[in-house]
Amino acid sequence: MSEAASTFNAIETPAAASAPRGLFSWVATVDHKRIGILYLLTTLVFFVMGGVEALLMRIQLARPNNTFLSPDAFDQLFTMHGTTMIFLVVMPTLIGLANYLVPLMIGARDMAFPRLNALSFWLLPCGGLLLHFSLLAGGAPAVGWFSYAPLSETPYATTSGVDYWTLSLLILGVGSVAASINLIATILTQRAPGLTIRRLPLFVWMIFINSFLVILALPALNAAIVMLFIDRHLGTHFFAPANGGSAVLWQHFFWSFGHPEVYIMALPAFGIISEVVPVFARRPIFGYEFVAASTVAIALLSFGVWAHHMFAVGLGHPVDLFFAATSMMIAVPTGIKVFAWSATMWGGAIRLTTAMLFAVAFLIQFTIGGLSGITFAVVPIDWQVTGTYYLVAHFHYVLFGGTFFAVFAGLYYWFPKITGRMLSERLGKLNFWMALIGFNTAFFVQHFLGLMGMARRIYTYPDLPGWGLLNMISTIGAFLLGASVLILLWNIIVSLRHGKPAGDNPWQAWTLEWATTSPPPAQNFDRVPPIRSRRPLWDLAHPENPDPIVGGATARDGFVLEKNRVGIVSFLITESVFFLMLILAYLYYNNHDMNGPTPTSMLNPQRTGIYTLCLLASSFTIWLAVKKLERKKHSAFRWLLMLTILLGAVFIIGQGREYLRIFHEGVMVNSNLFATTFFTLTGFHGLHVCIGIIALLILMALAFAGDFKQGRIEAVKSIGLYWHFVDAVWLVVFSVIYLKLLL
Amino acid sequence: MNGGDIPVFHPFSPETASISHLFILVLIVCGVILAIVVGMIGYGLIFFRHKPDSADPAPHFGNRKLEIIWTVGPILIIVCLFTLTVRGMRESDPAANRQPDLIVIGHQWWWEVRYPQTGVVTANEIHIPVGRKWLVHLESADVIHDFWVQALARKMQMIPGQTNHIWLEADAPGTYDGTCAEYCGAGHSWMRFSVIAESPAAFDAWLREQENTAAMPATDSAQTGLKIFQTMTCINCHSIRGISVAASAAPYLTHVADRTILGAGVLSNTETNLFRWLKNPQDFKPGCFMPNLKLTDAQAGALTSYLETLK
Repeated sequence: MSEAASTFNAIETPAAASAPRGLFSWVATVDHKRIGILYLLTTLVFFVMGGVEALLMRIQLARPNNTFLSPDAFDQLFTMHGTTMIFLVVMPTLIGLANYLVPLMIGARDMAFPRLNALSFWLLPCGGLLLHFSLLAGGAPAVGWFSYAPLSETPYATTSGVDYWTLSLLILGVGSVAASINLIATILTQRAPGLTIRRLPLFVWMIFINSFLVILALPALNAAIVMLFIDRHLGTHFFAPANGGSAVLWQHFFWSFGHPEVYIMALPAFGIISEVVPVFARRPIFGYEFVAASTVAIALLSFGVWAHHMFAVGLGHPVDLFFAATSMMIAVPTGIKVFAWSATMWGGAIRLTTAMLFAVAFLIQFTIGGLSGITFAVVPIDWQVTGTYYLVAHFHYVLFGGTFFAVFAGLYYWFPKITGRMLSERLGKLNFWMALIGFNTAFFVQHFLGLMGMARRIYTYPDLPGWGLLNMISTIGAFLLGASVLILLWNIIVSLRHGKPAGDNPWQAWTLEWATTSPPPAQNFDRVPPIRSRRPLWDLAHPENPDPIVGGATARDGFVLEKNRVGIVSFLITESVFFLMLILAYLYYNNHDMNGPTPTSMLNPQRTGIYTLCLLASSFTIWLAVKKLERKKHSAFRWLLMLTILLGAVFIIGQGREYLRIFHEGVMVNSNLFATTFFTLTGFHGLHVCIGIIALLILMALAFAGDFKQGRIEAVKSIGLYWHFVDAVWLVVFSVIYLKLLL
Repeated sequence: MNGGDIPVFHPFSPETASISHLFILVLIVCGVILAIVVGMIGYGLIFFRHKPDSADPAPHFGNRKLEIIWTVGPILIIVCLFTLTVRGMRESDPAANRQPDLIVIGHQWWWEVRYPQTGVVTANEIHIPVGRKWLVHLESADVIHDFWVQALARKMQMIPGQTNHIWLEADAPGTYDGTCAEYCGAGHSWMRFSVIAESPAAFDAWLREQENTAAMPATDSAQTGLKIFQTMTCINCHSIRGISVAASAAPYLTHVADRTILGAGVLSNTETNLFRWLKNPQDFKPGCFMPNLKLTDAQAGALTSYLETLK
């Protein structure tokens, strides 16, 4: 490694000597590097579990009319396999890698909110254990990972499996959203001097965009599963058609989450490839700006394609064609990336290390999966191949052959940085070839099985010509793939003990994580090199031929953000989507007359209008309170804070009394769909008001204890913003529910 | 008309023929794109390998013209694909414009088949006349199912609370396999069906047969069987025209002996298989809603004799 790079680490602090020791230090850690490792270790365990679930299914499917597993066992297995792989493996692996790498790649000391980071991690084993507890409590969920209604409602899903599924996904969702808020705040506010947005490594940029996808998509899932849970336990009928609910609404809500979700699982993988391919081709990425812009295009489009999962629902040709168009459009930015990665290799000096082998396999396999995806966008083709093994082949090509191969590439690339040791290239090549052959053998034949008529989610099939043979081939491939994972595990174990010491920059890479020791010290960097381009370490090693300066010599971003502000705004964005879904459900179910209670018969808009005015006044008082605090008028601040709490309390007590009045009239949440959507929407709003009041009371206690006298008032401003948000949501809710009664 | 064969490329109706041609065209386009990508990567791997002791090549950051080409090119391709999609949808899924010729209702885990003009009700086996374009209404009695007879028609979900439609026609006589294509619970794998297309004359004859009520059993064994049917709870779920049509939870059995399959595809319809099914349906279709009634061999035998008279 070049001399210039090593002078930056002249102040050597052996990492081990300063890092806290012992198991408890891992449990209590808030260091992003340890949390990243904890994520990766946990997802590895779930990966093995999900893999075993898959292999059990493949054994059952290896021969026609097989009876190795009962249909009920098989149904639980495919539900758990999908749920585990998506929520307990792919998403957290990518978040874990981001957690480890993003602060390092931006020259920061840690994430913006280290304790929130720890919480995000611990919600993962918590949610995972809760999901698996269902096995001991009557059975795992057996409704498929997207849990279509009404199959997932209580008359049909009779065990509590769906309930454990729901609760664990809520927990995991909170963890994912918290991690993404943290990543957004970190990337916006913790970058080293000189690292402008335009100079961000592509991995960081893609994680940044991806984090917005997470905070916008997860609340849609949370809203849907909350409604399902209420259906199952409070007798409501959001998704039960027998009583006026809509099974199709579940599909819309779920896929509004589900489609962005698959891009959430793809974008970070694209980020990994965008780092690995340039380093091993020895050239910068071809067309950075187009690749970065295409990421934004994918993120925006991903919210407009969801109903391509519903072409067989009978939504009508105009709707189908809209989603066909958007789904075809989203192929363009993805294609830009594939061409860019391929072109990066031209004119380069390619080193086919294991990481690069996995990256090249990613390129081809992801392209195959992406192209089979295009066939689905052509609606009539979808009408033949959706719900079959052709679809199973498609999504395994993009998720395993794509994302997971990218993860393997990232693992071989960054393992030296994380552990200080190189993974064995010999075992790595064995790992790669077994994985390549195993994966393609297992899944390529499944395209044909789908075309031959094999539906998905079937536990067995009749002895039709060719079906048994192709299924047996697929099973053999799956086992080979499983064996390759064992080789990977062996490689990790052996290399941790006997791997070659890596040094700071074994790959001669160019981004900031390679400018510190392997593994990095607790504080990440002793000194951060000067940053004027996208490849600071190239510039350092090649002072005679540095990269062009990006954005000018004294480039600044043009904005300065404070991390608490970014955090709370991101949180409010995610809550807005949650309320949006509840409002949409209200509008969907209340646009026609129905039997039972109605807004006119049940509500008192005048009284509620008065409570509304109180709530709006409380927004004014807290705004004024913050102004007073900024001017150090602490007494006025405290009075105004108390007034805010009082006005909020009037609102919530008033609403509570409204609820009691309505209950006394015999109207409950399950009386009809108006009552259901009314109570759900106003109830969740009321919950947010209560939480806000508790937060304000805590602020009051801190204010009386003198906490804000030193001028650190970010917490007050953040809670103030939350309170304004809650009031703004109420304005919308009031308009939707009450306004037409007053007019 | 069974597996091995790839029905999606071996269509037997104008609708599926349209889809098949479109699919082949799109696959060719995808193949070309894949070849280009693989070619680019392959070329890179062959001609730009690292040579020992060589320094890093001079940096090259992109080529705006090339990037625009590979943005605009795909956009043009998808405009073509979209146009083909519009046309394909019109050809393979024309609008419904009259009363249905057939109503199929999905149940967990069997197919209720109704001919509305004659009032005929059967299960799991659909007869249609060759060469006539029929409008089929698709409904569900419980959860979401998906009606898919690959060689003849597009796939369409059957959603409780909503009526969907497809057009069903066969160019040639034959038996066409169908299956449920939306996971609907434990019996999803064995929710298969057949579409039997026959000449209009043969179809009319079949339909007239189906309109008849069930024949009264002649032999002692069959009469015992009928009594078992009426008294051992069978009649609470199954209807037989002429005996009782109160129940709709399970397949109509009025002409069950004529059908080719049992249990929505899990067994072929032979006397032996019928006996085995009656002895314990859970052996063949675990999780289905017909319980093991613990019939003795004699009871099952009598019931089989009776059901075999229902031609």
